[in-house]
Amino acid sequence: MKAATREPAGVGSGAAHPATNVGAAVQARGLTKRFGSVLALDHVSFEVAPGELFGFIGPDGAGKTTLFRLLTSLYLPDEGESRVIGHDPATDMWALRRRLGYMPGRFSLYPDLTVIENLQFYASVFDTTVAAQMDTIEPIWRQLAPFAGRRAAALSGGMKQKLALCCALVHSPSILFLDEPTTGVDAVSRREFWDLLARLREGGMTMLVSTPYMDEASRCDRVALMQQGRILRIDRPSAVRAAFPRPLLAVTAAGEGAAVRIGLLAALREHPDAASVWPFGSTLHFTDRRAGPDPARLATELGEWLAARGIAATVRPISATIEDAFMWDMTSAEPAA
Amino acid sequence: MTGPSPRAAGAAASASAHPAIDAVGLTRRFGLFTAVDAITFHVAPGEVFGFLGANGAGKTTAMRILTGLLAPSAGSATVAGFSVATEAREIRRNIGYMSQKFSLYDDLTVRENIDFYGGIYGLDDATIAERRELLLDRLGLASRARALVGTLPLGWKQQLAFSVALLHEPRVVFLDEPTGGVDPITRRRFWELIYETAAAGTAVLVTTHYLDEAEYCDRLSIMVDGRIAAMGTPEDVRRDAGVATLDELFLRLMRPGAAA
Repeated sequence: MKAATREPAGVGSGAAHPATNVGAAVQARGLTKRFGSVLALDHVSFEVAPGELFGFIGPDGAGKTTLFRLLTSLYLPDEGESRVIGHDPATDMWALRRRLGYMPGRFSLYPDLTVIENLQFYASVFDTTVAAQMDTIEPIWRQLAPFAGRRAAALSGGMKQKLALCCALVHSPSILFLDEPTTGVDAVSRREFWDLLARLREGGMTMLVSTPYMDEASRCDRVALMQQGRILRIDRPSAVRAAFPRPLLAVTAAGEGAAVRIGLLAALREHPDAASVWPFGSTLHFTDRRAGPDPARLATELGEWLAARGIAATVRPISATIEDAFMWDMTSAEPAA
Repeated sequence: MTGPSPRAAGAAASASAHPAIDAVGLTRRFGLFTAVDAITFHVAPGEVFGFLGANGAGKTTAMRILTGLLAPSAGSATVAGFSVATEAREIRRNIGYMSQKFSLYDDLTVRENIDFYGGIYGLDDATIAERRELLLDRLGLASRARALVGTLPLGWKQQLAFSVALLHEPRVVFLDEPTGGVDPITRRRFWELIYETAAAGTAVLVTTHYLDEAEYCDRLSIMVDGRIAAMGTPEDVRRDAGVATLDELFLRLMRPGAAA
């Protein structure tokens, strides 16, 4: 996508902020960004507390990257305003840029430079040295040091991401923006990357992280679920799951194979009280449209309903995952148009 | 959305005697490096098989051998009944392939992409026209047939790419990280398409980084350093390893030194 890069003199909202919460690390009010006829970000508002690990969870096209570019002063908003560690990204970009670390989604390193050369380069941009910043980057550097002389292009996906994180940290920023740091990285490397973020969090770093992987929500203090430029919900991951408003049942077919799964799926979608039925790994998740009834009783009844149709399956009540909650919000918040 | 096509269903019945993919001791070396180290596995017609492993574990090399693009150094494999070593051309005619990274031409319309691939697969014009209409109808894309593929939402593109990979009714379809970046509902619609395809008798081999997605497969294998370190139904694999989640097993296999 193409966007006018911002002019240093900034034409965005230069007015004083209402500053409803002066203690917040990030405040956004009605942030909106259009690219031609595409509404990439649609009146997004939220706050991030100092020291918080805040996740933006959503698929491609949700607006995560656009939001990060607004908050890091790379784009100007069409509407709305924000404040990042006391600075307005639209008017105070130079002061802000010295104090924030930004790890873009695409590989942002110099492939022909070695690991240590990349790091030295980013340090020099901020008038510092790798040695002077060793306290900050040490936990990550320890994992990179064995590859110090290797060209960045020759690193594994997981190692590239660790180096990019190291480069984003090498000027000791007060806040970190990590845009899809784990996309395309294998499951073990993803876990290791989140372990590193947990260590930074213990050190008091404020972090905003975006990800398309729903299972990573649990690593965040709070998450914003995003879809098509809007925030569907903001809460602690446990609260997002607990807020699921309907009984949820896991249905497992007695047989195996694709035909059995499709048959069960089709049968359950015919149930008069089915709000939604989706495959979830080897089980199906059945959301009942009635808010009140006891889930255990519903499970028994649904098992009997299936048995009466000659379908053998086990049914049990379960608690919602982040994905269940996301799908519920997606379908219940569908715009009228 | 769709019923099994008669031809595919017939193929499932007649081919059930021998596997859609049958690899025995399949090996590929690059100089001193053994990328694929004597892997043995089979995939039955109509089976959804998850092909998992870390970046660099050898999945891509194995996929390239199985799709007839790379010859094995040792061992053997048949795909759709043809030898990967000697019948690569026949294999390519009998498999479908879809990758997240490349599948369709953004600058061609939906219809042009379908027609183009139909031609590549050697289908005659009447067959292409017939299958194109069925496909557009099934995906609800009839009104967008003249839209450039580049203007479609990612989820539609993925479903279209998958359907195009099935145009010539292959007996085996390879899906390389097919569902990255889409919302959870679109991802599930995609898996429902996979199930419909498998139910019609086509074998599906799928790679993914989503371990929760591996749970959708009938069986799966996990490659570590060129070898298959675990294989079976998701439930069997977890039970054999004594772990609650595939995530835990993955960590144990990839980082033997690290305590979970």
